[in-house]
Formats: sequence, C-alpha cells, structure tokens
Amino acid sequence: MERLKPVDMVIVGGGWTGLLMATEITTRTSLSVVVLERGGAARAPAEYAAQMDELDYNIRLRLMQNIADETITHRHSNGERAVPVRQYGSFHPGTGVGGAGEHWGGVSNRFLPELFILDTYLRRKYGFAKLPENLAVQDWGVTYEELEPYYWRAEQMMGVGGKAGNLGGKLIEGGNTLEGPRSHEYPNPPHRMSYLMSLFQKASLDLGYHPYPIPTATLSQAYTNPDGITRPACLCCGYCSRYGCMIGAKAQPSTTLMPLLANKKNFTLRTGSWVRRVMHRDRKAEGVSYIDSSGKEILQPAEVVVLSSWTLNNARLLLLSGIGDPYDPTAGKGSLGKNLTHQVSHGVHLFFDKPLNNFMGAGGLGLGIGDFEGDPGPDVAPGVMAGGAIRVTSGGEGPISSFGRVPPGETKSKWGSEWKKVALNWYDRAGEIMAEAAHLAYRQNCMDLDPTYTDKFGDPLLRLTLDWTEHEKRQAAFITKIEVSLGKAMGAKIGGIARGVRDHYDVTYYQSTHVQGGVIMGASPERSVVNPWLQHWRVPNLWVTGGSAFPQNGSGNPTLTILAATYRAADAFVGRYVKKPGALA
Amino acid sequence: MKRREFIALPAKSLGGLLVYTLAGIPIRLMAQEGTVRLPLRFFKATEATAIAAACERIFPSDESGPGAKEAGVIIYIDRQLAGPFGRDRYRYTKAPFVESVPEHGYQGKANPQEIYRDGLRQLGEDFADLDAAKQDERLRAIESTAFFRMLSTHTIEGMFSDPMHGGNAGRIGWQLIGYPGPLMSYRDEIDKNYGQPWRRKPLSLEQVIGRPVKGWEDERD
Repeated sequence: MERLKPVDMVIVGGGWTGLLMATEITTRTSLSVVVLERGGAARAPAEYAAQMDELDYNIRLRLMQNIADETITHRHSNGERAVPVRQYGSFHPGTGVGGAGEHWGGVSNRFLPELFILDTYLRRKYGFAKLPENLAVQDWGVTYEELEPYYWRAEQMMGVGGKAGNLGGKLIEGGNTLEGPRSHEYPNPPHRMSYLMSLFQKASLDLGYHPYPIPTATLSQAYTNPDGITRPACLCCGYCSRYGCMIGAKAQPSTTLMPLLANKKNFTLRTGSWVRRVMHRDRKAEGVSYIDSSGKEILQPAEVVVLSSWTLNNARLLLLSGIGDPYDPTAGKGSLGKNLTHQVSHGVHLFFDKPLNNFMGAGGLGLGIGDFEGDPGPDVAPGVMAGGAIRVTSGGEGPISSFGRVPPGETKSKWGSEWKKVALNWYDRAGEIMAEAAHLAYRQNCMDLDPTYTDKFGDPLLRLTLDWTEHEKRQAAFITKIEVSLGKAMGAKIGGIARGVRDHYDVTYYQSTHVQGGVIMGASPERSVVNPWLQHWRVPNLWVTGGSAFPQNGSGNPTLTILAATYRAADAFVGRYVKKPGALA
Repeated sequence: MKRREFIALPAKSLGGLLVYTLAGIPIRLMAQEGTVRLPLRFFKATEATAIAAACERIFPSDESGPGAKEAGVIIYIDRQLAGPFGRDRYRYTKAPFVESVPEHGYQGKANPQEIYRDGLRQLGEDFADLDAAKQDERLRAIESTAFFRMLSTHTIEGMFSDPMHGGNAGRIGWQLIGYPGPLMSYRDEIDKNYGQPWRRKPLSLEQVIGRPVKGWEDERD
C-alpha cells in the first residue's frame, strides 16, 4: 500500500455535501483538504447539452453509479434472505463530481419544524400507546429555529426561487402559509406557470386549499449568489431530473461550488478514487485507504476524516471499517444502521381533455399544497401521523417514458393496433398528481452488511431490511383520497396509482432518491451515531454528512435540509473544532 | 471471418419520409420506393427478420400512422443488443442467482442477448412467414415472458428515442406524436398555449447542438 503525505482533512465523496464542506473549510481556514471521488471529473454545461437524450440518461441512467460494480441487497424482514437490487429501480445514486447533485430535480423545500422534534411532538400529542407499533422516530438534536440561518444560506447559494408564506410569523397568501417561519423572502421569484399548474392552482383554491409554487433551484431569473457565482435563468427545456443542466441554470455542485474550489491552493480533488476503509485507532480516525483509477491501493493519512459519500455508502463505510456499534433490531441495541427510511412517494395518474405540452418544464417546476404536509390530526385522517406535500410538477417528460399512458378500461392489450391508436390519442394528455410524504422510522427498518453478496473488490454489500407498515398504507390511502378529489376538480379522468405504496416495498420502480438514515444524528450517544453537528460521537475527528443523518424522513425533498445541516457542521468545525479539536458535545 | 449479416428495410425508413403531425393527427406522405440493405451488429439476417416482424405486430404500421417498420426499430434493437446493454455491462450480475418475490424484479442470469436468443426460439423459425393473425396468436402465448416484456419495451424505445440510436428513423416516431425533440428552450412557451398543442417539426439532438453525438452503444467500454 502506497502511503501519501498526510493532509489536514480528507473528504470521501465529491457530491453536494463533500464539496460544500470542502468549500467552507478551504475558504475559511488554511487547512489542506483532499476530496476523494470514485466517479469521474466534473462535466461542463456544454457536455450536458450533448446528453439531452432520454434513452441513455433517463432510461439507461448513464449519470448513475454503475450498479455492476456495487449495489445493495434488500429483504422485507429480518430472517428473510436478501437478494441484490440487480438493476436500478426505486432510487438512483449518483456518481462523479457533483454526485446526485448533478442529476437532481432542484426541489428545495424546507422541512416542517415539527419533524425535528417528532418523537417529542408525537408522544405529547398522542401518547405512547396510540403510536404505530415499533415506531422509532427520534428528535434530531437540532431544531428548525437553529437550522433556519443555514437554510437561508443554502437557499442563497443555490438561488432558490419561490414565494414565502410565513415571514417571521407573518402569513403571506400565495406562499406556503403552513411552512415554518422564514427570516427572509426567497432569493428569487417563482417560475412561470405551466398549463398543468394552472389547473391545479384553480382546483386547489376551489377546494379551499393553499397552493404555493414549489421552491426550486432551477433559476427563475439570472442570479449572482453571495459567493459571486452567476448563473442564467432556466429555459424549461425539460431535460432536468436525471440530467445535468445544459446551461448551468440548475444549482449543481459542478456549477456553484467547483468554480470556487478550482483555484484554491489548499484543495485537491482526486477522481477515480474508491475508498474502502476508514483507518482508525483508539477512537481516532487516521485516514482512509482507497483504490485509485489504476487499481493501486493507497493510504491517505489525515487529521480529520469526513464521510460525504451519500446515505448508503456512509453507513457501509462505517460498517466495513468497524467504527461504532452495529444495530441489532432484535435486541434493539446499537446505533449504526438503524432508522432506515425512504419516502412515501404516492400519486395517481390523471387524464385530460386537452394537451399539456408535457415535454416542457423543469425538475422542480410545479405547485403544491401544504395543507396535508405535517400531522393531519385524528379528525382529518385517523391513524395517520405524517402527511405529505401534494403536488403537480411539469418536470419535462420524454416521449419514451410518457408514451402508453391510457385511462383504465380504454384498451385490453398493451400492444397492437388497437392499443397504439388509444395510446396515440392519449399521448400528452396524461399527468400525475404526486405526494412526497414523510416516512416514519421503525425498529425493523435498518441496514447492515450482506453475508453473501460483494462489490467488485470483494467487500460485502450493504443490506437493507425495509418494508411498508400499516401506517404507510394508511398514509397512501389518505393521500390518494385528496389527490383524487383534486384531480377531479382539475377536470381530469382518474387513472391508477402512479409509483406509490403497494403491499410491500418494491425495488423495481422509481419512488425517489430520498433514502435516509443509518448514521443518524441526535442528542445522545446511546441513540445516535453523530452529534447535532454531524461529528461522530465516539471518534471526534470523524464527521459524517448527508441524508444518513436523518432520524426519519420528512415531507418533501431532502436536499435543502442536507445542505443546511452541512453548513451548520462546517460552522461548528471552523468556529469551534479548529480552535480546540475534540468532541463538541 | 464471420460473414456480415444484413437486413433489407424500406428506403423510407432511412429518414427520407416526411410525416409531419400537428395535434396528434398523422399525415402520411409518399415515401421513396425500394429497399436498402443495412449491416447487422448482433442478429443474423433471419433473426432480424423475425424480430422485426414481431415489433411490427407490437407497434404496427396501420391507419393510425407509421410503425416499427418505418422507424427501423429492428436497427435500434440490434445495436442495443450488440452494445454494453446487451451484454449486461450495467447490471449487477454476481452469483448466486436466486428466485425471489416480484418486488425484487428480474433476478435471472441471462443477459439481454441471451433473452433474445431464447425469445427467438419461442417465436419459431417460421414467425416472419406467418400471417398477422397467427403472429399475434404466438405473441399472446408468450406475453408474460421476460423476452416479450423486453421486446415491447424496446419497440417503444426504438420508436421514440433519438435517431442516433438507430430507430425513430427520420424522427418519424416523434412526428407521429408531435414531440419536438430536445429543443433547448421553452422559456417563452411554458406559460402560454394553455390547452393548445405546441407542435413543431422535430429536430434530433445532433441537429439541435450542431455536432455529432454518439449513443452509449457506439462508445467503447
């Protein structure tokens, strides 16, 4: 093994949080920072323009990690044999500089204040006896109010467009009046409105709901952020989620962070570097070992190690390195690997009389209602303790994926002349109303190392044990009811369930890339892996950023919260840890 | 050396046909006559003929507009199978292969090349020579197989993917449905045309960005 010169900080993963950490540290300190990214170099917008191809990028998923090299295994319950996810379905891990931050859709909502204290909130409201069986939700150890300044920094960095609904407690119509209080109006105004959005707006107002523009990091106008990075307005080209932006209008690490890092003398980026272990001794991380692009094994010693390698790989690296107590769901002991959550992404198909021009749009271009986002309360939805952001989006639909959606009962066959005629008739008249709903944590949903399957280097794969409970099925049924009433008010024919919660968790169709937990944050070292500043409880010179820290998943999309928590971690690192290295809590 | 295999296709599937659709109404124009021989990358000529015939039953050329034949779907499938997709370069293929619940999807060992070769046996050597009703009967009998699911998915992909991949010849699939291609900007259109079809003569990615683009199947892996 080749041993390199020690550096101050090594960061594993060059996605949103790894590069944000690197930007903060190299800008505010003189520490030397090395980022190890196992994928390729950053792509320029012109390169993304040549990738506006639905087949290769939306269907063959060329921007994602090559699943042939490494995947995860899945089983529905403890005691079952897990099998590998052999082709991507329910979520899409990114790779290369920028990671999933390159191919995301840009939706940039905050989480509701109650999510951060969900355990306290639910116990106070319902009492222990009325909570779902085996519920394992926890407080985050950080409150919405503490996170608010960092939410604002992340919104400015990306240039989020939207309309505030709650400015310091003052409710403003047209924004999301049901969100937590904001200190500032959004940095940019909302986007223009598509036809589908206009139908949703009218319908939701007619039903007495509170529609608001989904906050999005695809710029509604040209914008220069506080770091001096200028990006152009989004052109609504429709090649957004699962693609990189061809003009840099969507906030991506490659366009918002890499330009700041490129000329820093204390920053080094090594692509093609596949980290396999965190080296550690006596509660101190000593660096990481990795395989470089030529296949050589390398040791990078460092004073501080930061894991920013996406939810699942963060947990896997800690398990492979033997850092922390692996969670045992039977005994309810250990913390590493617990509180795995995904998301209740549940929707219905809608069919319209008139064409939607559904190829136009942007990942986060849409409207939502906040009315059912948090706990709907027993009067509205008995037995449902977490709702979802119900939305329509004009994300830009490709012809392959949108062809063939027809209302139920219109044709028996899924091929042949009759089907073709019906499918042509309905092309561009099919939409979706969707909820990104919260997913509560349960004792039985967790991750550990698989005993059978390995990656290309022979390391065990991560094994997910995950299934829906009755609570998620009640959530889905409740959400369906609201979605159907909205769909009808939009003048649409109602089709079947789109994505959605079915009997069991299903890895074959896309739900969202919002997989969380495993390395959760919290206020106590017994019940969490990292402290509220994302510092490892037991190994103070090890920090773990990203969605792995979420004790449970919220309603809406996670990226903004992930970035806010990372800004807060970087602040604590620069303001406190650098002056006095050691445990912050 | 392996003998090169060719398939003969109608000349109109090479991009000369101008079918321009507004608001989903297909307009058929006269195409060029004759056939063109195209080299195959994966299939033997007889195999390609059988698969092409099956695709034509899945997405037929009929009174509602052109189909798999005119779009050259067989060329698309042939290239996908010869490329990294066909050899499962992007699927986790480590053993053990065990059957599992439907929520875990296809867990088999066979790659798309092998699934097609097996599917060809199911179609039968005489498939291309059967009449349409007999062909439909045989396809209905295998509707629930991995092969048929793949074949029907690939037929739609071959109809509507960018012409760089070998199908959608002359952007005929896009013309059929009124998809304009990767046009770059709808900023001035997104909040207009409410309920009105916005249709333009489609452009391919190469035409839009003004330089040649290669599909994954044409890159060295």
